Amino acid sequence: MSEIASLPTGSRQRQGSNIGQPMTRREGVLKVTGQATYAADNNPEGLLYAVVATATIARGRVTHLDVEAAKAHPGVVEVLTPQNRPPLALDPDAKLHGFMFRLDLLQNDGVRYAGQPIALVVARTLEAANEGAALLAPQYEVEAPRVDLDGENFVPEVVGPGAPARAETGDFDAEYAGSAKTLEATYETPPQYHNAMEPHSIVAAWDGDRLSIDMPTQGMAMAIDRVAGLFGIPAENIHIRSPFLGGGFGSKGMPAGPQMLGIIAAKHVGAPVKLVLSRQQMYGPVGHRGQTRQTLRLGMSDDGRLTAIEHHTLASTSRFDDFVEPASNASHTLYAAPGIRTTHEGARIDIGTPMFMRAPGEASGSAALEGAIDEAAFAARMDPLDFRLLNYAEVEPISGKPFSSKALRECYAKGAERFGWAKRPLEPRSMRDAEGRLVGWGVGTAMFPAIMFQAAARAVIRADGSGLMETGAHDMGQGAWTALHQIAADGLGLSMDETEFRAGSSDLPDAGIAGGSGHTATAGMALHRAGEDVIAKLTELAVNDENSPLYGAGNVGVVARNGRLVRQDDESRGEPYAAILQRAGLAEIEGKGQGVPDAGPREKYAMDAHGAVFAEVTVDPDLGQIRVTRLIGAFAAGRVINPRMVESQYYGGMIWGISFALHEEAVHDKRSGRIMNANLAEYRVPVNADVPSLETILVHEDDPYVNALGIKGVGEIGVTGTVGAIAGAIWHATGVRVRRFPINVADLLEGAAAR
Amino acid sequence: MNLFEYVRPSSIAEAVAAAGEPGSAYLGAGTNLLDLMKGGVTRPSRLVDLTHLPDLNGIETLPDGSARIGALVKNSALAHDPDFAKRFPVVAEALLAGASAQLRNAATVGGNLMQRTRCSYFNDPASACNKREPGTGCDALGGENRSHAVLGWSDHCIAVHPSDFCVPLAALGAIVEIAGAGGQREVPLTDFHRLPGDTPDRETVLEAGEMIVAVRLPADAAAFADHQRYLKVRERTSYAFALASAAAALKIENGTIVEARLALGGVATKPWRAKAAEALLAGAAPGKQVFEKAAEAAFAEARPSGDNGYKIELGKRVVARVLAMAAAGTPDRMPALPASPFAPIPEGVVNV
Repeated sequence: MSEIASLPTGSRQRQGSNIGQPMTRREGVLKVTGQATYAADNNPEGLLYAVVATATIARGRVTHLDVEAAKAHPGVVEVLTPQNRPPLALDPDAKLHGFMFRLDLLQNDGVRYAGQPIALVVARTLEAANEGAALLAPQYEVEAPRVDLDGENFVPEVVGPGAPARAETGDFDAEYAGSAKTLEATYETPPQYHNAMEPHSIVAAWDGDRLSIDMPTQGMAMAIDRVAGLFGIPAENIHIRSPFLGGGFGSKGMPAGPQMLGIIAAKHVGAPVKLVLSRQQMYGPVGHRGQTRQTLRLGMSDDGRLTAIEHHTLASTSRFDDFVEPASNASHTLYAAPGIRTTHEGARIDIGTPMFMRAPGEASGSAALEGAIDEAAFAARMDPLDFRLLNYAEVEPISGKPFSSKALRECYAKGAERFGWAKRPLEPRSMRDAEGRLVGWGVGTAMFPAIMFQAAARAVIRADGSGLMETGAHDMGQGAWTALHQIAADGLGLSMDETEFRAGSSDLPDAGIAGGSGHTATAGMALHRAGEDVIAKLTELAVNDENSPLYGAGNVGVVARNGRLVRQDDESRGEPYAAILQRAGLAEIEGKGQGVPDAGPREKYAMDAHGAVFAEVTVDPDLGQIRVTRLIGAFAAGRVINPRMVESQYYGGMIWGISFALHEEAVHDKRSGRIMNANLAEYRVPVNADVPSLETILVHEDDPYVNALGIKGVGEIGVTGTVGAIAGAIWHATGVRVRRFPINVADLLEGAAAR
Repeated sequence: MNLFEYVRPSSIAEAVAAAGEPGSAYLGAGTNLLDLMKGGVTRPSRLVDLTHLPDLNGIETLPDGSARIGALVKNSALAHDPDFAKRFPVVAEALLAGASAQLRNAATVGGNLMQRTRCSYFNDPASACNKREPGTGCDALGGENRSHAVLGWSDHCIAVHPSDFCVPLAALGAIVEIAGAGGQREVPLTDFHRLPGDTPDRETVLEAGEMIVAVRLPADAAAFADHQRYLKVRERTSYAFALASAAAALKIENGTIVEARLALGGVATKPWRAKAAEALLAGAAPGKQVFEKAAEAAFAEARPSGDNGYKIELGKRVVARVLAMAAAGTPDRMPALPASPFAPIPEGVVNV
C-alpha cells in the first residue's frame, strides 16, 4: 500500500521543485486507517497505569489523603504523595531560564490552583487507578482564592517568554493630548484552554539510568533537557519518540507536570507506566491563555489619521510563576502613529500558570486592537478598510525598521474584492438577509512575526543515488512532516520517493521547537543547508575526478538536478549521484546543516507575515443568536512550501478566531476557584454548523531577507484579525459594540435594549 | 471505577424486580448515565440493562389514532419516522434540535425523559448539590448560574431540565406509560417530572423499580399538525442546550385560533406547559399582539435565580416568535437546521 496516493513516482518524475506543490499528508492514510500510533497507543510489556488525583480547591493545602483506602483497592500497586515521592535532582520550583516553568511534582502539600496534581495512583488497570484516585478523598485547609482580574496588580519585568513589558516611540501623552479626536475602550478576553484533541500523555520505561519515553511534544530537545535536569541523568540516556501529535497549540511545547509524574512513577514502581490526562485534568497543569483586560487609547486627526496609540494590558498569571500574555505588543507593528506606547500589568491569581497558546499575545491583543480600530474608523466616519489603509504602516511603527517584505495592501485588495467589500454601507444595522435577519460585515488585519529558532539536520546520499534526510521535527497534525519532506527532497535534488525523510524521534538532529509558527522555516532551513552541504561534498568528489564528465567544472559551477550533478552552463553534461559514489568507492556521503535566524537582516528589518480577514455575520434581531456566514482571509507569509497544508493552517486559525470571538471561555466559580465547564460539551468550541465555507487567498510574497528559503510562518496568523473582523461585523449588523469575548446572546439582547 | 452489578433482564417483569433493589439504575443507551458514573456523580450499585428487552422498540398507531412510542426507540429513529413526523412534526423538530447526530442515534425515548440536569454544580462532585446529595445545599445559587432556571425553581435547586423532546411532549399532552411491581400505570408527561421544592433529588414520580415502557401521544394531538413548531436559542448553532426554547401547536379554523398548546424548555426546572398563555390564545386571531401577550403570560411567574434575568426577556421573544412560526404553518420539509433561528423564517415573523 502506498502511503500517499498523489506523490510523484520514479516513472512520472516531475520536473522542477517539490516545494510549492500541494502534496497530501504523508501520514494521511495511516491516520485515517487508525495505524498512526500516538504516544498513548504504546503498550510495552508489564505496563502499569498511573492516574493523577487533582485538587478540588484552588488555594490552601491538603491535610489528609486516604492512602490506605486507595492502596486497599484491588489492582492498585502504589500511591505516590509528597510523603513518599522519590527525590528529584532539581527542585520543580527552580526556574533557571525563561522557558523553564515551575511544575507541580508532589513537592509539598500546598495547593496553588484547582486541578493541581496532589497524588498519583499506579495500578494494574486504568479502572483500578481511577478508583484508587477517587478513594483518596482528600481533605483540605482552604483559603479564599482569587480567580479574576479585580484586585492587586503588579508591573512585570518581562511579558511572554521574555519581551520587555513596556515599549514606546514618540511622545504618546503629548500626541494624545493634542489629538482632534480621542477614543478610549476596554476589551476583555477570558481564560482559554488549548484543548488539543489528544490529551497530554506519556509512556515511560526505565532501564537502569536510561529512559525511554513516548510522549507528544512540540520541542523534543527542550523536553530532554527538562527531563535530564529533573532526574539527574545525561541527556543522551533519554530517548523520546513523538511521531504524531493530536494537536499541541503551545500546550505541548514544554513537558507538563503530569507527564513528569509518569516518569517518577515508572522509576518508583520499576515498571513501564502509562499516564494519560482526562479532558477535565487538562484544565490546570498544562497551561492556558490567561485572561486579559486591555485598554486602548487612540488619538487621531480630523481626517482620521492616527496620532497616538496606547495599548495597556492587564493579564493574569499564576501565584507561583510568570507568564503575562504580551497582548499590548500587537500594537507594535500594525498601524502607524507618531506616538505609541504599550504597557502591561500582571495579576497573580490562583490558577495554573498560563502559557503559550496559539498566537500568544497576538490573538488577544489583535482582538482588542482591531476592535478599537473599528471604533475609531466609525468615529472618523470612515469605512474600516479605508481607515486601515490611511493608517498603513510603511515601516514598523514601534522600531522604525523597514519590513523585509509586506504584501498587506495586496491582501486587503484581494480579500476585499473577493468579499465584495466595496458595497458595505457605513452605518450599522443597514443590511438584512432575505428573511429579515441583521447582516454585518467586518474586517481585521492579521499579523504574526516571522520567528526562527535553531535546528540541525543531517543529509545523506547513498550509493544507489537515493537520499536520506533527518531532523527531529514534530508533526502536530499541521503537515510538517510533508512540507519538510518537500524541502528535504529539493535540497538533495531528488524526488520525494527517492528521499527518505525521518523525523519525530529525539535521536535525530534537534529540529528546534514546533512553535512560534517557525518550524517550517527553522527545520526547513536546516534541511536546506544539510542538502547544500552534502551536494557540495559530492561536487567536490566529481569535479576532482578525472573520470567524471564534471571534471574541472568547479569554476563554472555544478547543480543538482533529478539525482544528477550537472554543469550549470550546460545541463546536458553531468552524471548520476550513484556513479560518483561508486567510482569513489563510498557507500554514502553525509552532510550537515543548521537552521538559524540570520542576525544581520533581523537587526535591519522587521519580519512579519500579514493578512486581511473579512467576515460576514448574521444575527437574529429579536433573539440575539449569531452565526458567521462568510469568512475570507487573504494572507501573505513569504514562500509557500505546500499550499494545501498552508490553506489548512489558515482555515484552522480562522476557525479558532470564530471560537475566540463567539465560544471559548473557561468559567470559574469565583468562590471555589474551580473551572465549572472543564469538558468539551460546555467549554464551547465551534461545531461544523458554526463554520461557514471558508476561503483563503494565498497572496504571493517574495522575501529575500527572512531566510534563504523565503519562508515566514502560517500556523498562528489565522487567529489574528479574524476575531476583530467578526466582532466588527456583529457591531455592523446590530449597532451593539460588545467589548467582552466571547460575544453571546445576552450581550446582544442587553446591548440592543440599551441602544 | 466503582464496582457495580450488571443485570440484563429478559422481560419487563424481571427488569422491575431487579431494579427494585436500592441503588439500582436502569440503563438505556447510557449517553447520560455512563458519563455521570465516570465522573463520580452517580454511583449505582446495580445497572439493569433494558436494551435487550423485546417489544419496547415500536412506533405504532393505536386504533384510537394515538401514537405509542416504545421506551427503547432511538431519538433519531423517531424523528425520521415519516408517518410519525408527519403527524407530530414539532416532536421531530425538537428531537433533531437536540444533542448531536451520534447521540441521537444512541439515545432512547425513555432515557430522554430520565436524563439529568446539566447544571455544572450537579456534575461536579466537589460542589454542594441538593439534587446529588440531599441536604448539602445548592452551590448554583450565588454561583455561575447564567443558564439556570427562571421558572419552577426553589431555594433548594435552580437546575434546568435539559430536554428538547419533552417540551413538545408537554405541549401535546403526552402520556407516560409506566410498569412497576404493582402493574402498569399512566401519568401525563406534565405530571411525570416533579418540581424541585425541598426534595430536588426526587425528579420524577417513578417509585422504586418502576420503568417507562412507552410514551403516548393522544389522537387529538395530531389535530395540530398543520401549525406546530419548535424554536431553540443557544450559544452555538448545534450541539448545545437551550438558553430558551418553546414548542407551539395551534389549531386554526377560519382565521381563529380555536386551541393553542405551548410549552417551554431551557428556562424551567421541568418541561413547562404554559397553560395561561394557551388560554389567552384560544379564540384569538393570530397576530403579533396576541402572541406578545401570550409570551408575557407564559413568563408571568418567572423570576431570576441569579445572573439569568436575560432569560425572561429572551424566553418571551422565543414564545412570540414560535407562535408566529406555528401560525404561518408547519413547513413542508424539515429545515436543515431544525428549530434554529437560522432555519428559514416565514415572512413577516421577524421584528424589522
